[in-house]
Parts: sequence; C-alpha cells; structure tokens
Amino acid sequence: MQKLNNKLGYLSSLPMLAIFAMAFFAPLIVVALFSIMPPKVFSLSNAPDFSAYAVFFQQGYYKSLLWSLGMALASTLVLLVVCWPLAFGMAKVFKGFTLVLTIAVVMSLFVSENIRLFGWVLTLMKGGLIEGHIRAWTGNGFDSPLYGVPIIISGLVYVYLPFMLFPLAQGISMVPDDARQAAADLGATRWQIFTQIDIPLAAPGIVVGCLLSFVLAAGAVAEAKILGGQAVITIADDIETAFTFGQDWPLGSALSVILIVIIGSLALFGVSRVDLDKIMGRKR
Amino acid sequence: MPASALTRAVLLIYGLLVIALLYLPLVSVGFASVSKARYLSFPIKRYSYKWYGEVLESGTVRDLLLTSLSVAAIVTILSVVIAFFGALAFARYDWSYRSTFQKLILLPIFFPQTVLGLALLMWFNALGVIPSWKTAVVAHLVWIAPIATLIVAIRAYSFDPALEEAARDMGANTVTILREITLPLLMPGLVSAGLFAFLLSWGNFPLSLFTTGADSTLPEWLYAKMVSGYSPLVPTLGILSVVGSILLILTAFAFGWLIRTIRDSRAAQH
Repeated sequence: MQKLNNKLGYLSSLPMLAIFAMAFFAPLIVVALFSIMPPKVFSLSNAPDFSAYAVFFQQGYYKSLLWSLGMALASTLVLLVVCWPLAFGMAKVFKGFTLVLTIAVVMSLFVSENIRLFGWVLTLMKGGLIEGHIRAWTGNGFDSPLYGVPIIISGLVYVYLPFMLFPLAQGISMVPDDARQAAADLGATRWQIFTQIDIPLAAPGIVVGCLLSFVLAAGAVAEAKILGGQAVITIADDIETAFTFGQDWPLGSALSVILIVIIGSLALFGVSRVDLDKIMGRKR
Repeated sequence: MPASALTRAVLLIYGLLVIALLYLPLVSVGFASVSKARYLSFPIKRYSYKWYGEVLESGTVRDLLLTSLSVAAIVTILSVVIAFFGALAFARYDWSYRSTFQKLILLPIFFPQTVLGLALLMWFNALGVIPSWKTAVVAHLVWIAPIATLIVAIRAYSFDPALEEAARDMGANTVTILREITLPLLMPGLVSAGLFAFLLSWGNFPLSLFTTGADSTLPEWLYAKMVSGYSPLVPTLGILSVVGSILLILTAFAFGWLIRTIRDSRAAQH
C-alpha cells in the first residue's frame, strides 16, 4: 500500500512539476545568467561581468529597495493591527457574519487591482467623490492626500488586507476556547490572555499572514505608481523601467536577483517553520 | 468565555466598515461611468449611459474581451486538471517528497508577479518564442495553478481515504477509483478552483503586461488608458468587467444550489 501511495504521489505531482520546470525555474535561471552579463546586451553569449551589481550601489538603486522594504514593513504592521480584531471576530465571535465577510473580501480580490486603485484616485482626488461633495456642501475643500508616502502605504494595506486577514483568522481559530477560559478563571487579565495565550497559540497564522503581506508588498508597483504619483520609486518599478525604457536587461536582471534573494530567503524561512497539514486542517 | 454583547456589536460595526471601505473605490468608479461630462468632477451634474453604448460598439473592446476570455478559459481548464492531480499529491497520497512538494507550490504565490512576468519574457526570448496571448496563458498558469491546487487540497484533506481503499479491495484499478470515487468527491473543490482560476486570470495585470506581446488583455488596456490621462471609457469598462465577474459568481452559486436541491429531492424519494 505504501509503495503504491509513493508511486501515485510521484505521478500526480508531475503535471505541476512540469509547469514549474518549464515556466518558473527555467526563467529564474535565465534571470540569474543575464544578471552577470555586460550592460545592455540581449543575448547570453557574452563574457560574464558583474558591472550590473556595481550599478545597484553606485546609482542609488539601493534607495528604491530600502523604500520598498520600509513601506512593506510599515504596511505589514498596520495590517496586523487592523486585521487582528476582525480576524478575532471571524474566528471567535461572529457566526453567520463570518461567511458574509469572507465572501465580501474574496469577491474584492477578483476585481483587478488597477481598477480598485483607480477608484481610490477618483475617491480622493481634488474634485473627487469625497472632496467634491464636501466642497459642494460646505464651500470649503481640502488638499488631496494623494501622491505621498502615507497614501502608498494605505494603498498597500488596502490591496493586501485579505492576505493578512485569512491566515490570521485561521491562526486564531486554532486557539482553544478552553485555554482562554481557564486563563480567565485563574484571574488573568485581558492583556495577559492576549499576550500569553492568543499570540503564542495563533503564531503560525501570524507568521504566514505577516510573511505573505510583507513579501507581496515588497514586490508591489501599482500602489506607488497610481496612488503615489511616483513620489517614491519602488524597486519593482526600477526593475520594470530597466527592462522597458532602459533597455538594459542585465541591470533589470541584477535588480530582480537582489529582490528575489531577499524575498525568497524570507519565504523559505517562514514556510519551513509552518506545518501546512495542520493549518489546512488535515485530520489524520 | 463568550464575548459580551458590546464586543460583538463593536466588532460587527468594524467589520461592516471594512467591507464598506473595500468597496468604496468601486462606488466612485460606478458614478464616474455614468457621468455625462468628458472630464470627471464630483458631484456629478448630469448622468448618462452613453459611454456604455460607446464601449459596447467599439471594435477594440471586442478584441480585448476576446483575448481576455480566451486566456482565462484556457487557464481555467488547465489549472483545474493540474490542481486535481496536484491536490492529491499535496494532501492525499503519503509519498516521500510530499512536504517538499507542499512548500514548492507556495513559492510562485509569494513571488513578485512583475518580476515573474519579466523573467518569463526573457525566457521566451531565449527560446525564440514570440510572445502573444498564448504565452500569457503559460505565465498565468505558473501563478494560478498553485492557488487552484491549494483550494482543491482543502477539499482533499476532508475526504476519507477508506473509501478509495474499499474500492481497491473490491478489485477496482487506479483509473476506475479516480473516476468513480475521487473525482466526484473532489468535485465541489474543483468547481471553486475553476471559478478562482477564471476570475484571477480575468483580473490579472502584472503577469499579462510583459507576456502578451502585441495582444492586449482588458486590465492591460485599462492601465494604459489610466496612466495616459483620463478617459471616460476606463470606469465604464471597469464596471462592465466587475459586473461580468459578479454575474459569473452568482451563476456558479445558483448552479451549486440547483444541484444540491436536485440531489436532496432524489435522496428524499429513495
């Protein structure tokens, strides 16, 4: 039986592995190879050189990377605070409303990110949904909050909310009610229950949620472009520019490799610490 | 430790507020799509549906829809097939590299899509493949097939392997078991995975941007118009795309309900 299981396991993983080999690992190898090519070439038949990596430090691309990572960190922290009460509600308090909330949040994911961010521009711009109506009613408008760092971070929080909310709710639902009840009976304060029961027992969900939202936000482009009016250039934006306007594939590849290494090591670190069978509800 | 009525009420209001904020931008887009003026400013003075007429008559829009629809349809079919087997390897069979496979599947989901799109563009270039909507199908699959697998896997976790073992003991071979036992049991998961696959492909922008070549999908066209200055067709087409998605979801729900009702009434007759 075990032998058969093994054979079926291999066989059924094959279609997915074929896609991965052809369209995930192979392109990554090409990126790595291109990153050690001389500037502005379009084929891999050149002598390797590492000038593209030198450019990263000389021309200030590290600033974009720091902005991206910083804004990703800020949005992850905001998301943690914003999502915790909601996730707690979904896991422990709401009954039917959990389903409503889940459907509402998942549905919003199906609307292209572009359209939703564009909607925020229409909402917040001068003469937009909010400012326009306030000025029409009171006679006084206000400056648009668009085109700055805070609005970019808010955009990241908005777009990646589901990626924090669902893992967090899953994590909190793994905290047994008995443990919370027992702590309360023994005289623990709300704060003690929160720090000594909820947080440690919901840790897998917290890790997955933070990791997902940080990693996705670090590679984001659209928020800074559409809401931020390029007040700040993100690293993914630099990568895109190097490939398109810059026509410098080796530079774009080197920047990609740097981003991939940072994101990849974080993702591997996090994923290796989490038991997927347990989170996804395996019974055996 | 049941929550007090006050906590419950506060959390409920908070939840409603979050839902409202999630959909507020779409409200703005909706208003913009029925504003008569070519240059939008709120409050809207005159409403008109003429932009919808223009969108529906435009040949460009028809081409965009056709491209987006072809990509999404093919991605859906392939994702569901890959996810069916992938989920069995993920959740059902105990094989030596199961936990490695589980972790591997998560990688593309974590990966920045813009970078993945560009990497694929270079790879297609190295292979000498000219990008078109067909290469975009491959790009979408890398990201969507793993998500579909996770959705089917949740379903696969909850079914009892004893059913398959019983069939095997009675002499059924692997193909028969997959067809007669596994497939029907996983069907609800496959349907939701297909729905996810279609909608995620339909709305995807970062992967399409670099991999469609001369073809253009709906989100790509919307983005190009957005950055090149305001066009009243952007909100109109955006809303139409959203309405299309909602109709699809409602159809799926109605279909699921119908099947359940029929099954229940049959069960009641026996």
